[in-house]
Amino acid sequence: MPINKIVNSFEEAIADIEDGATIMVGGFGTVVSMPSLLLVALAKKKVKNITTVSNSTGFGPDVWALQGAKFPEDMDILVRNGLIKKAIVSAPVSAMYVNNFEKLLREGKVEIEMVPQGTLAERIRAAKAGLGGVYVPTGVGTVIEEGKEKKVIDGREYILELPIKADFALIHAYKGDRYGNLVYRGTSRTFNPTMAGAAKVTIAEVDEIVEPGELDPEAIVTPGVYVDRVVARPKEAAPRGPIVDVQAKESYKRYKAEMKKAQQKRGGKR
Amino acid sequence: MKKEELLQKEKLDRQIMALRVAKEFQDGNVVNLGIGIPTLASNFIPAGREIIFHSENGVLGYGEITLPGEGDLDLVNASGQTVKPAPGMCFVSHEESFTVVRGGFLDISVMGAYQVSEKGDLANYMIPERQVGTIGGAMDLAFGAKKLIIVMNHVTKDGNYRIVKKCAYPITAPACVDLIVTDIAIIEVTKKGLVLKEVAPGWTPEEVQFLTEPKLNVDPKCHDIELM
Repeated sequence: MPINKIVNSFEEAIADIEDGATIMVGGFGTVVSMPSLLLVALAKKKVKNITTVSNSTGFGPDVWALQGAKFPEDMDILVRNGLIKKAIVSAPVSAMYVNNFEKLLREGKVEIEMVPQGTLAERIRAAKAGLGGVYVPTGVGTVIEEGKEKKVIDGREYILELPIKADFALIHAYKGDRYGNLVYRGTSRTFNPTMAGAAKVTIAEVDEIVEPGELDPEAIVTPGVYVDRVVARPKEAAPRGPIVDVQAKESYKRYKAEMKKAQQKRGGKR
Repeated sequence: MKKEELLQKEKLDRQIMALRVAKEFQDGNVVNLGIGIPTLASNFIPAGREIIFHSENGVLGYGEITLPGEGDLDLVNASGQTVKPAPGMCFVSHEESFTVVRGGFLDISVMGAYQVSEKGDLANYMIPERQVGTIGGAMDLAFGAKKLIIVMNHVTKDGNYRIVKKCAYPITAPACVDLIVTDIAIIEVTKKGLVLKEVAPGWTPEEVQFLTEPKLNVDPKCHDIELM
């Protein structure tokens, strides 16, 4: 039977996520890097008491609608609906803006485990790679080391960080095929490929589904074996053009001109 | 010496501080710029030097910040500002991005701070007035970068010390800061303590010391801040 990981709706994609689940959510701070429609489906299903694993906790749809994002819901939809019991997160609050998560935090309505961003990535990768943990230098001599095993390796101090395991990983990619192979677009890659395969079930929300063979094997970032389900966003949102285009060429021209100017200034010597 | 008078005295503005920071970038350096004044430094790369900018969200070699509304939302720096693509740019996943940071491939990290101690301890993740914090990539950058430059105002709005004997806020990393660029001085953190290297035009080492809690060792060659 042909392998086919494509599911037809966001509701179907998350149908087996139950109350109390631990859920990884891919992306960084910006909404375009996140599995926006999977989050909407999760909020509609009102899956409660969840533990989330993510880089940030969201800014809410108003901020992103202003930027012109077609799907403006980020982690905030889980936060403001009170679905999160505990957040394992790197950047929970913003210096510039008080988000809904910060309000819940102040009211004591949500638990938090704050993890340095690189350590978060490595703990997720450890779960995915079947490792028992990783020794990292980040956090030695700070609050992060509290209660953790320390070890000196080659004269440097490290702390043992354990894998973060999850029931589901919700990620966003640019294009995917029925095998679950994925490619990303620009800086919207971030935690998405890191989380793919780190949970028992990985669900990928893609801008566009393509035929097997259309994705260049040299360019595939996430191999399909890490992915269990692929669900496509509504057609009108995809696809977008390539990032490296006229702008890059212009920038290169300007760079060459600037270098020439700099060389002339120094009397032609490099 | 009156503190009020010193607080009123003219200091360097954000752009000039960013310009001074950029002078530290050597040709071919891989550089990460934090939110705020550090980001501005990308506009002042010294002529003839090529710098590779790294951003935590997984991009190396990106171009300038675009005008608002003109960029591509899938091409942003760690502050979420859209940036221009540049030839030679490449994208990586999050674990790879921090492999660059922790693995010794990042020459310079520039970030802001609330406090820096005389030993180079850095406190910049807990927002003092809100008693909440966000670690984000700051800890990994502080532990991983070969050289850490802090750019900040010399004192708080109320005139309190930011360069202190011991940080009052939870620290991001101990003994990690190499250079402090403020609106009145350039201070190097050495094993023997803080060394005052440069002062803003119109400022004396004694005046800078007055607004600094730990003792400053004045470099015999201490001079006005050079911008070019």
